[in-house]
Amino acid sequence: MDRAETQTPPPEALTVVPLRHYGLWVGTAITLAILGLILKALATNPAFDWPTVGKYLFHPSIMRGLGQTLVLTVTIMVLAIIIGTIVAIMRLSPSRILNAFASAYIWFFRGAPALIQLIFWFNLALVVREFSLTLPFVGTLFTVKTNDFMTPFVAAVIALSLHEAGYMAEIVRAGINSVASGQTEAAGSLGMNHRLILRRITLPQAMRFIVPPTGNETINLLKTTSLVTIIAVNDLLYAAQSIYARTFETIPLLIVVAFWYLFVVTILSICQHYIEQYYGRSDLQQGASFGDTLKRAFRFGRVAQPA
Amino acid sequence: MTSKAENQARFGVPDNSMVFARGVRKSFGAVEVLKGIDLNVPTGSVACVIGPSGSGKSTFLRCINHLEEVSGGVLLVDGEFVGYDLRHGKLYEVNNKLLCQRRADIGMVFQSFNLFSHMTALENLIEAPIMVKGMSKAEAKDKAHALLERVGLSAKADAYPRQLSGGQQQRVAIARALAMNPKVLLFDEPTSALDPELVGEVLVVMRDLAESGMTMVVVTHEIGFAREVGDQLIFMDRGVVEERGEPREMIANPQSTRTREFLSHVL
Repeated sequence: MDRAETQTPPPEALTVVPLRHYGLWVGTAITLAILGLILKALATNPAFDWPTVGKYLFHPSIMRGLGQTLVLTVTIMVLAIIIGTIVAIMRLSPSRILNAFASAYIWFFRGAPALIQLIFWFNLALVVREFSLTLPFVGTLFTVKTNDFMTPFVAAVIALSLHEAGYMAEIVRAGINSVASGQTEAAGSLGMNHRLILRRITLPQAMRFIVPPTGNETINLLKTTSLVTIIAVNDLLYAAQSIYARTFETIPLLIVVAFWYLFVVTILSICQHYIEQYYGRSDLQQGASFGDTLKRAFRFGRVAQPA
Repeated sequence: MTSKAENQARFGVPDNSMVFARGVRKSFGAVEVLKGIDLNVPTGSVACVIGPSGSGKSTFLRCINHLEEVSGGVLLVDGEFVGYDLRHGKLYEVNNKLLCQRRADIGMVFQSFNLFSHMTALENLIEAPIMVKGMSKAEAKDKAHALLERVGLSAKADAYPRQLSGGQQQRVAIARALAMNPKVLLFDEPTSALDPELVGEVLVVMRDLAESGMTMVVVTHEIGFAREVGDQLIFMDRGVVEERGEPREMIANPQSTRTREFLSHVL
């Protein structure tokens, strides 16, 4: 046996003949053909009208619309994170009433379509004519007509942040639940109170599970804000619509809009990556650099996969 | 609020007692896991609790710092109820602030270490002294470095728990408990989650602590540690104290058949 082993040639003398993946080649060829057709259409079809796209790409009213879309997204997301965290904490509280209220909130605001909630808040005056604060022995402090403060922008912020908070509440709850109970016990045994434990121990660890879906939600929300055109908030899509309503350059302007949405989504994805890295810094496995991630995402050719 | 002296007179707590239990009961639903535990741990002594799993020894330990509420009996730490105040013959649950103050004086070391995984070893040590005791950051850091040196890990101050071995994590966890200057340290099977070759380094630290006069209650399977370091040994089985005594004597010459059986398995 020993003799036989010493007589076999060393392994580097053997050539490996790779398995031919004919199916893979055919698939790649078809994909390239389709890609070619699309590129040809994009380049030659006059309906795309690239010079017009270029003309409107940095148009002042498009820029104003983009600004409005960004302001909406940031405002709504910040409010949604705050409301969502409060609802999540209520959902995890030992009180049955708080728990039931939080469940009902999530059921309603996550369940009802965003568009319907948007139109409802914009038309709130049909339900409630005015708001007034009356204190006993003091009298009415102030009264405002609903129509005076429920501008399209305010309606959009209220409707979409309540809607988004329904999603955020579930994300935060899942994050908090993902932190091992031993962490809370250890903190408790050191004399930390509930609020301190939540702020210093549970939430920071939950962030690693909260950040990725929150990034997705932000990207989703950025696009959902285009619904506000229906109540005439001057966002990116509305700006484009008002131009093509006059000039009938519909397709080029939609391309302009799509370009800006994709541009912002790309920026957001990059930010998300760095935030994830920050909260995962205690985790050795997440040490990959941004370049590595890019390489992994965009690597060409065949990827070795374990069977 | 009754004073420590009143409690001591009322329940017959011996002088110099750090942990005192009389008739402690605990039920989870219909299951009674502690059926009247008596224990006295004098200040500066080490009590080791052994017993098969499910005997209630960990539950008893968790009752001491009120991680579990007792269902009956008297359980005092330094002459005070941890989770209650005795007034007019009734036990009033204390508010969160007072409970936290009292817990801060009772250190606990867990089987699964439970280091805060998002903080470095040093951050683990300074968190509670700063946030709970209001210590200055500089002071807390000085103290933390001294404690890490004491457990032989001064080089690992900036390491995250994941970068440490189990034995190192447990030593950091002991240092974290010590950072609060506790009156008593509770150990819940501190070496059970460790690879055999890492058990020794943790036991060395614990022995050093015992020699420095720390009051300790140790739930353990390390009979050797109990024999050499323990001042008293308690064998628990099915929610009762089956036998107690001086460790060397009890291990050499167990009186109860259950104790003999158990010891024959672990020795």
